[in-house]
Formats: sequence, C-alpha cells, structure tokens
Amino acid sequence: MTAPSSTPASTPESTAASTAAGAARSSRVTGVGRLLIAVYGLLALAATGRSFVQIVAKFDEAPLSYSLSALAAVVYIVATVALIKSGGRWRRVAWITIGFEFVGVLVVGTLSLLDPELFPHDSVWSLYGRGYVFIPLVLPLLGMWWLSRTGKARP
Amino acid sequence: MIEWFTWLQLGVAGVAGLLCIVLGLAGRKPNDLTMGATALVELLLIVQLVVAIVAPFTGNTATGSVLEFYTYLISAILVPVAAVGWALIERSRWSTVILGVAGLGVFVMVYRMWQIWTVQGL
Repeated sequence: MTAPSSTPASTPESTAASTAAGAARSSRVTGVGRLLIAVYGLLALAATGRSFVQIVAKFDEAPLSYSLSALAAVVYIVATVALIKSGGRWRRVAWITIGFEFVGVLVVGTLSLLDPELFPHDSVWSLYGRGYVFIPLVLPLLGMWWLSRTGKARP
Repeated sequence: MIEWFTWLQLGVAGVAGLLCIVLGLAGRKPNDLTMGATALVELLLIVQLVVAIVAPFTGNTATGSVLEFYTYLISAILVPVAAVGWALIERSRWSTVILGVAGLGVFVMVYRMWQIWTVQGL
C-alpha cells in the first residue's frame, strides 16, 4: 500500500489546514481508501437513480419503502462526501452516516424478512440489500474498519 | 435495445472490468490498455443511447419503464467518465482497480437495462 508519507508535506492543503487535519486527510484518502470512496460513490449514484425513478413514477404504491430509498440515497451521498473531505467534523459525519447505514440495513433487512407486508416494494436495504448484491451490508463494515484504522494514525 | 449489441456490450464491460481489477491489484498504474478499455465501454454506452432513441421508431419498444431505463443509461454513461477522470488525476494502482469497478458497475447496469427493456410484467 502507498505510504501516507509519499504525499508531499508542503501541499497547499496541508499548509492551509492544521497539521492534524492534513495527516488525517492524506492517510484517509490515499491507497485502498480511494477504492472505498469510489464504491461509495457508485452506490450513492445507484441509490439516487433508483429512488428518483421510484418517487417520480410510483410513490403512491409504497410511500414507506420509497421514502426510505430516498433517505438512504441522501445518506450515501453525505457519506461519500464525508469520506473525501478531511478534518474532525467530516470524520464524525462519516462515522454517523456509515453507522446509520449499518443500522438501517440491519433493521430494514430484518423487518423485511419477518414482516414482508411492511415493505411490499424493494428498498435499498430490503433483505439486507440483496438487490445490490449485499453491498449495502458489507460496505458500512469496510467503512467503519477503514475509519477506525486511519483514526489511529491521528496524533 | 438490440440483443446482439447488448451481449457485446455486456462482454466488453465484463472483460474490461475484470482486466482492470486484476491489473490494478497486480500493481499497475492506469495505462493506455486499462483506460482504453474503459473508454471503449463508454463508447458502447453512447452507441446504446443512440440505439435506445432510434429503436422505438422501428417498432422495437421497451416493455418496462422508459424513465427507469434512461435513469440507468444516463447514470451508466457518467460512471466510466468519472473513473477515467480519477485515473488521470490520481496515477496509482487503486485508480486501475477503480476503472475495473466502473466496468463491472456498467455491466450490472446494462444487464438491468436489458431486463427493463425485455422482461416486464412479472
């Protein structure tokens, strides 16, 4: 993996920001973290597109499922942005949004199994995200693992 | 959609995706081969867009939601552009893997588009 030190210390961003934020930025955004951000971006795009179609074309059929889809899409977008951005506040936003996703996929996934009537139409999180090859279930775990790992690098 | 063209597109997107992921994990930086393969995926998407616009006039209409079809198609068109843009800015092995993720993402989206076009009314 690329060492964080490969980023020049004198980039405009790191001199402008505090040293701690600069370190967190370079360690979080380089290497395999890039891949995580890219997959988050792709999922955000997929969730946004799907909920756009659901709300425009057939919102009345399943308001609960489709509202959840829209909420999930917004949360994925915020999580993607938070992973890209640096600084303590965005880091907290990343934790909150990724944690929310994980709780969401567990709760909605379990409810959709126990009581299929509750979610008659698929949302991103129905059946633990089966419609998205379980990426919504796995991605928050990778995200939290990544955040905790890079967190140790902070002074 | 035209059936043979769709299978061709699925084949190219799948092969390009796997190729880029393998080469990326092997440590290659984005090069002409991997970015070219992703560009080819993009080119076929543009052709697909033209096909989708023209096909209904020849009696080849979508059986499913046209809105959903175009949402997938427009989203898919954005994906390789973003991935290649990333690869040009960030020249690391992970950018090559991201090119592969983009290819596989397009694969899934084209497959969904094919389902929307052909097998509705389940």
